[in-house]
Amino acid sequence: MPAGVAVALLVLPLVALIIRAPWTQLPALLAEPTVVQALGLSLATASISTLVCLVLGVPLALVLAGSAQWPAVPRRLLRALITVPLVLPPVVGGVALLLLLGRRGIIGQWLPFTIPFTPAAVVIAQVFVSMPFLVIAVEGALRASDSRFEVAAATLGASRFTILRRITLPLVAPGIASGALLCFTRSLGEFGATITFAGSFPGTTQTLPISTYLLLQTDPNAAIALSLVLMVVSVAVLVSLRDRWVPGVLA
Amino acid sequence: MSLAASLAVTARGVSLDLVVEQGRTLALLGPNGAGKSTVLGALAGLVDYTGTVRVGDRSLDGVEPEHRRVGYLFQDYLLFPHLSVLENVAFGPRAQGTGKIASRASAGEWLERLGIAELAARRSQQLSGGQQQRVALARALASEPELLLLDEPLAALDVEIRDEVRSELAEHIHDWGGLTIVVTHSFDDVTALAADVIVLEKGAATQRGSVRELIAEPATSYVRKLVASWSED
Repeated sequence: MPAGVAVALLVLPLVALIIRAPWTQLPALLAEPTVVQALGLSLATASISTLVCLVLGVPLALVLAGSAQWPAVPRRLLRALITVPLVLPPVVGGVALLLLLGRRGIIGQWLPFTIPFTPAAVVIAQVFVSMPFLVIAVEGALRASDSRFEVAAATLGASRFTILRRITLPLVAPGIASGALLCFTRSLGEFGATITFAGSFPGTTQTLPISTYLLLQTDPNAAIALSLVLMVVSVAVLVSLRDRWVPGVLA
Repeated sequence: MSLAASLAVTARGVSLDLVVEQGRTLALLGPNGAGKSTVLGALAGLVDYTGTVRVGDRSLDGVEPEHRRVGYLFQDYLLFPHLSVLENVAFGPRAQGTGKIASRASAGEWLERLGIAELAARRSQQLSGGQQQRVALARALASEPELLLLDEPLAALDVEIRDEVRSELAEHIHDWGGLTIVVTHSFDDVTALAADVIVLEKGAATQRGSVRELIAEPATSYVRKLVASWSED
């Protein structure tokens, strides 16, 4: 019985969304300038965030996967610090980012330019909340891959860099791909940290989830349409990951 | 050219002196856990050791695995699963700085030489055990090693095909003609592949000599049993 309630609680809201969706007006709603703007901004920022997460997160995952020989204290500390954004309420992340990079922030006060309430702030907020997903996914893949292939490559005359580029990374490519997808969906859905740190200016920082929330008060049908878009993207990611959901992410 | 090594891996209780001459393959024969693979690992620079290893007049002590020019045929071959057979064999030359086209050409020649040119486009998952072994041999030789180490090269194969693959392997090693060490616990491997033998038991040599001498005068009960069951076949 409780299990049934649980399933209902998880599934019925989505069913309601589908039932109440203004299917006939959908094309017109999705063509509205506000919607197109928010959609474009969200896709652009989430893509950039995913790229940033890849460029910074893959090296971090390599460091973590190679940290087995480290003393226990720094190793566990690093791991814990990386996991914090996963459990932190996103609003808190937004406040923390303001305190660091805001105009009077610890670093922000020395910068010749302003970060908060710009598209750059949107990207930073998204990277903050989604990077742990990528790091954990890639690290899990690295741990699961057979390091003896790297040994074999070394006996064939390959340098560390060649081994990394031609053996290690290609072998964990599926893990990197699923990490990037998780990162992208998490960035696309980001709300709390974004609205706190970047605000909600149409066209510059008003992303899809924020736009959805605001539209609910003025144009509920448009809000439902946007919700559907977000849902379709999420489900598509889930489907593409079903075979290779990296264990580290579920754990 | 010859290999002269005097090495110890204290952490694993292994200590051994050995010399290998060109054209005279050395077999390291011994039961499981005797330290045979540890010796190979030390020669390849994969395991820390104390002592000296020299190939010709070149010292390998402190030299990284990628610069030792020591080829290694792993027991389970370890073909790269994301690369084709040709790319696997071209990996060594490519990693050592040869251009892409030249590396592929030389990989193609090695496949030709080992009679497996038709496998070039396949992935390792699509190969039989015997084919995998030949690709692994081609890959190791294409990286132009001065010393080739074979770790139980037939252990991963089905019993029915071992004899055939073994005699082909012996032929290829003979044609190649470089310094070769084979680790095994099978006396069939010793007689087919090697000219000299060192028997390794509990980390130390208990007998050394030519294969003929070993058969004529086994020094320990381990060798006696091996020779006896071999001559019954």
